Order: sequence, then structure tokens, then C-alpha cells
Amino acid sequence: MSVYLDHAATTPLRREVLDAMQPYLTEYFGNPSSIHGPGRRARLGLDEARETVARIVGAKPREIVFTSGGTEADNLALKGAAWAASADGRRVVTSSVEHKAVMHSCAVLERFGFEVTYLPVDRYGRVDPADVASAIRGHTTVVSVMYANNEVGTIQPIREIGAICRQRKVLFHVDAVQAAGFLPLDVDTLQVDLLSLGAHKLYGPKGVGALFVRQGTALLTQLSGGSQERQRRAGTENVAGIVGFAKALELAQDDLVAREAENSRLARLRDQLVAGLTALAGVTLTGHPTDRLPNSASFLVEGVEGGDLVAALDLEGIAASTGSACTTGSAEPSHVLLAMGIESEAAHGSLRLTAGLGTTEDDVRRTIEVMGSVLGRMRAGMGERAEVASA
Amino acid sequence: MGRTVAAMSGGVDSSVAAAMLANEARTGDEVIGVWMRLHADGGEGYEQSRSCCSPDAADDARRVAQIAGIPFFILNLEREFGARVIDAFADGYLDGSTPNPCQACNQYIKFDELLRRGLAAYGADAVATGHYARVEDRDGRRVLLRAADADKDQTYFLWVLDQEQLRHTRFPLGELTKPEVRQIATELGLPTAAKPESQEICFVPSGDYRALLAERRGYAGEPGPIVDADGTEVGTHTGYAHYTVGQRHGLGVALGEAVYVREVRPASNTVVIGRREEVAASAFTVDGHRFVAGEPPAERFSASVRIRHRAPDVPAEITLLGDDRFAVETATPVWAPAPGQAAVLYDGDVCLGGGRIARAA
Repeated sequence: MSVYLDHAATTPLRREVLDAMQPYLTEYFGNPSSIHGPGRRARLGLDEARETVARIVGAKPREIVFTSGGTEADNLALKGAAWAASADGRRVVTSSVEHKAVMHSCAVLERFGFEVTYLPVDRYGRVDPADVASAIRGHTTVVSVMYANNEVGTIQPIREIGAICRQRKVLFHVDAVQAAGFLPLDVDTLQVDLLSLGAHKLYGPKGVGALFVRQGTALLTQLSGGSQERQRRAGTENVAGIVGFAKALELAQDDLVAREAENSRLARLRDQLVAGLTALAGVTLTGHPTDRLPNSASFLVEGVEGGDLVAALDLEGIAASTGSACTTGSAEPSHVLLAMGIESEAAHGSLRLTAGLGTTEDDVRRTIEVMGSVLGRMRAGMGERAEVASA
Repeated sequence: MGRTVAAMSGGVDSSVAAAMLANEARTGDEVIGVWMRLHADGGEGYEQSRSCCSPDAADDARRVAQIAGIPFFILNLEREFGARVIDAFADGYLDGSTPNPCQACNQYIKFDELLRRGLAAYGADAVATGHYARVEDRDGRRVLLRAADADKDQTYFLWVLDQEQLRHTRFPLGELTKPEVRQIATELGLPTAAKPESQEICFVPSGDYRALLAERRGYAGEPGPIVDADGTEVGTHTGYAHYTVGQRHGLGVALGEAVYVREVRPASNTVVIGRREEVAASAFTVDGHRFVAGEPPAERFSASVRIRHRAPDVPAEITLLGDDRFAVETATPVWAPAPGQAAVLYDGDVCLGGGRIARAA
């Protein structure tokens, strides 16, 4: 009956992930920093997980820092790298469509005297690598561009930007939280120095993620305390979460054939959603038509508030989003849509539908059907407004 | 009852209203809790981000919705509330009158914007609030009645509602007293059961609206004369918009007896004061009239009139003047009719409608 089309917000835990985590919540409860047997057993899980994550992104285990999730990874990357390199310069370059974890980290850096350049994007939300090249000047130390956009699904030209950063000897951070599970993550191919990952977008648990930190990259820790994570992130490790994260990442990334098959299945569903919804009056696609995440369909719906539409769909058993679960309740239209040149008034009518492992063609059919009737009711209701207001 | 949108402020009244509806719901009935974000509220973190912050009131409303087992949505009406209520409030003072923000909120936000969106988006057929008032069907018409609890009656802020709005309105607390409402909240285990009453204007929590005039309308206040009934200057004020008819405190005038603001004159930046009896009146004019039934009972009729929330009603003769205006002649003088405040008419328990007290010509 109910349809879940908000996988970009979060995903359900996979059974295999839960099974992998379970012993570390009960039997293997030790603190991985402890000297004794229970500690060593927990440490085994932590070390294996680190190896798994490292292998998948093509890194060394020591280059993986486990965090409480994508947001912490972004904060550690931006603030940590910018501060550590501040003797060389205080300039940071990022895009105007980043996740709030990057945007607000940059805002804090600005408050401390850093100069941040927010690169423009085209109408699909894409950064032009040439803009990155011209934005890098003397004293620029960090460039941060996301892999794929969380609101509109557009994929950024990461390799091209990576090559520019490498050539100009500037650190390159990529927020890959939304892309992981769909796109290749090899840090050498992408030429990135810092890469943020989160577990719960790929059927892992909430509250855990990682930052890849290329060896030799200095970071100012954002959480001070014990010497965990090679003093880059203090605090007793979330062992069960980390084990679950590694398992989830392995399931999502390791089998290339299976990943490609699931990607094409999702892309078919996405294209059906796009075709079905854009056939309705006043509904248009946002983001790039093809160069986008296979599971992500995002729209502008004319004449309605995105929040109202999402509530209306929810009452019909369809879980959707306006674009980002992190800005719910805000009157501000999405900074991503505004950066893409969409008018503020129009940007209020945003809708994001993101498919996942459990999504079926029936779900897509039902969603298109319900959208048709809900939109009809909502637009007819505008006539009612005049009645109520003028009566 | 179909699908009802319960407006939840996070206070005890709207909490109980929503929970009662949820408990009374029969098969096929649905109650949807909605908390409206009406004005910005800074976050608690260093970054003071305006998104993702959840004020305590929204937290309370959500907990109540969870306990009542109903869906809960946050509706952002900051823009609408800012324009129709906050700016109108500031403009009221700049106009030398006393604004009525709770009435404006009912008229434009709760029973217009929320109602319209509840109907259109949520497919609801009614909006329910925690107001103390009653609605009844009489001869095919909706009748607005005072609450059973006369002390809590809020029809003074609801007289603006018309037939169409009242057809889609439910007041679950209309037959209850405040102690009964608190009792129900306690029995249902609602976290808002012991919450204190909110008295202040919600967007002016300090009670001092002067900062708001400066912020919204750039009004800093320019000192000007305070004069008595004869026009003799007896003191200096900080700016006419900082004063309101009937005000006693903060005048800085010592005349040996209590004096009150009698009139505020924006054009000359003058505040006129008077003794208690000089501030009372038994005849005044009202404009922008509306009648709950859709039309006035007669060209000339008797009614009791209330010119301030919780003030006593006074018997009066009402004469229509055309252009949505009517004249009020009260049997006994009423205390400080303030331009901008509502004059609300009653026939017994029935709220007939009302209008806005006009500036004396």
C-alpha cells in the first residue's frame, strides 16, 4: 500500500548489514582501544571494516577516518583541511549547490577570515571545470565540489576538476554521500584528496560515515580527545555502526555487474516517473536530463507549495520530499534551485522522488496516478481560495 | 467528520482540541496535526541557521500529535504572517491606532491560508482550533456563539469569520471550561497540560513592540508634545506610535491625578491625554463592518457591544451608515474606545459581527 520514494533522505537497513552489526552490539562489545581480549575482538571488526572501506575507494586503510556520518566528514574535510593549511593561505573554492554541511562549514570559515568563492552552476546544476581553474588563485588551499547533488541528482565533472586541482596543487574534497552506491569511488581515478561518505544513504545504519584523507594531507581535528583514528577524530569508535557501514558499502559497490544492473533498473523507473509526471500540466524536470543519479527524479510543480504537495502525497501513502530533508519547515527556497537560475517563487514548488532497492513499477504507476489526482484537487482548491477570501 | 486539520500551536488548548478530535474519530475520520511556523526563530547553535531549527512550541505540538496518534506537518506561513499580521500590526501603530493581531491572524492565516491549504492540499473538509467559541447550525445558517466558559470566550477575535469559513470550522473546546481542558490534558498525559497561558503577542514576546516598529518600518520615534484636552503642552513623548489609547503608564506626566492617552495624532506627532472620565465615550463610529450571517439584522437595531477582549458588554443602539460603517450609541459610557480595535456585536450569546473602531472625525 505505502510507497517509499525518498531514498535520498535515507534508506532502510539491509538484512545482511543488520546481521553483520548484531554481534558488535552484544557479544563483541569491547572498546577497540582496550588491551584485553574483548577489546581486541572489537578491534578486529574495526580493522576489517577499515580495510573494506579502503579497498572500495582504492585507498590505504590508514587513509580512512570513521565519523558520525556525511555531515561530520564534510565538516572535518572543510574546516580541518582549511585550518591546517591556513599558513599557506585562507582561500577556499566551492560550488553554490553544495549540501548544507559544506555550505555552513564554509560560512563558519568565512567568519574566521577565510575567503570562500561559490562557483556558479548551469541550469542543470553543473559546475564548469574552467570556472574552478580560474577561481584557484594564490593562497587557495581547498576546493570542494560534490559528486552528485542531493536535491536534483546532477552529477558533477569530478575527474576534470580533480585533474585541475592536482595540477594546481590544491586539495580537492568531494562530498560523495549521495553518489556512493551508484558511481565509482576510486579516489585515484577521481584525483581527490578528501572524500566524504555516509552509511545510511546506502542501506547502512544512521550515525556513521567516513572521510578518506589522502596520506600526507594535514587536518586539524574537529573533535579533540583520545588518539582514535590517528588523532584525526577522537571518541570511542561506533564499532557496530562502522561494521555495518563497511558491509553496506561492500554490498553496494563491490559487485560491479550487480551495481550496473540495479542502476539500469532504477534508471528505468526514474525515467517512467519523469515521463509520467512531466506529462501532467505544469510539471517540469529539474537537474540534468541524463547526467544524473539513476534513482533521482526532481521536479518543479507550478502553482503549489512543495511542502503541501509532500504532505498531500503522504496522506495518500506516498513518501516524497521537497528536495532536502534538512531544510524542512524553512520558508527559504532551495539554494540549489536558485543557483540553477530558477525564480524564487517557482522554486517553492519543488518535489523530489528517489527510488531504491525496494521500489517497483507498481510504486511508480501508483505515484503517477496519485500525483494526477492530488494536483487536480490542489489546483481546484485555488478557486476555493478566492471564495473563502472574498466571501 | 471526514478529514480535519487541527491547528496546533504547542499550547494546552490546541493540544486538547486535537487530541479530543483524534479520540472521537470514527472509522474513516482522520485528524491531521499542523503546526504553523509564523515568525522566524533563531537556532540555538553558533551558526544561528534559520533552517532546521525547531522551536520548543513545535516540539510540544509534535509530541502531542504523536501521543494522539495523528500525522503531523509543519506549515511555513512566515511570509503570509509577516505581511498580513506583523506588518499590519506595525502599520496600525504608525497610523495612530491600536492593532488587533490575533484577529488578523484568525482572519487571514488560520481561517484563510490554513483553511484553504488544508482543504486543497490535505483534502480536508474542516479546520479545528483550540479557540473557546461555539458554532451551531440554525435554519441552514452557521451561527457563532460565545464559549460556554464566559471568562475564556474568544469570539472577540473571531467575529470576522463568514458563513463559508464557519462551514469549515470546528471548535472542540466550545463547551468546556479552562480547568476542564487542563484536566483532559492531564488525563491524556499531554506534555502541554501544565503549560502557562500565553498572554503576550506571540511575535512580541517581551511585550515591547517599539523595537519591532524600528525593525519592520524603520520607525525610530521622534519626540513630540503631550497635550491635555485644552491643547496645553504638559509633557514630551518619545514618538506617537509608542502610545495607545487608554494607556496610563509611561507618560511621564504628573498632574496630581491619573491621566490616560485619549488620542494619538500621527500627523502632528501629538499625544492627547485626559482624565479617566474624558477617555470614556458613549458614541463612536465603526468601519469595515462584517456580519456573521452575511448581512446586518436591520438598518437600526439593539445589540450589546464589546470593544476590548474580556471587557464587559454594554447595551447599545446600532445604526447603519452605509459604506460598511455603523454608528454605536451605548447606554452607558465605555472605557477608551481605541481606533483600530474591534467593536463586536452580540445578541445574547450570538456573535452578530462587528467592525473596526474609526478615528473620531
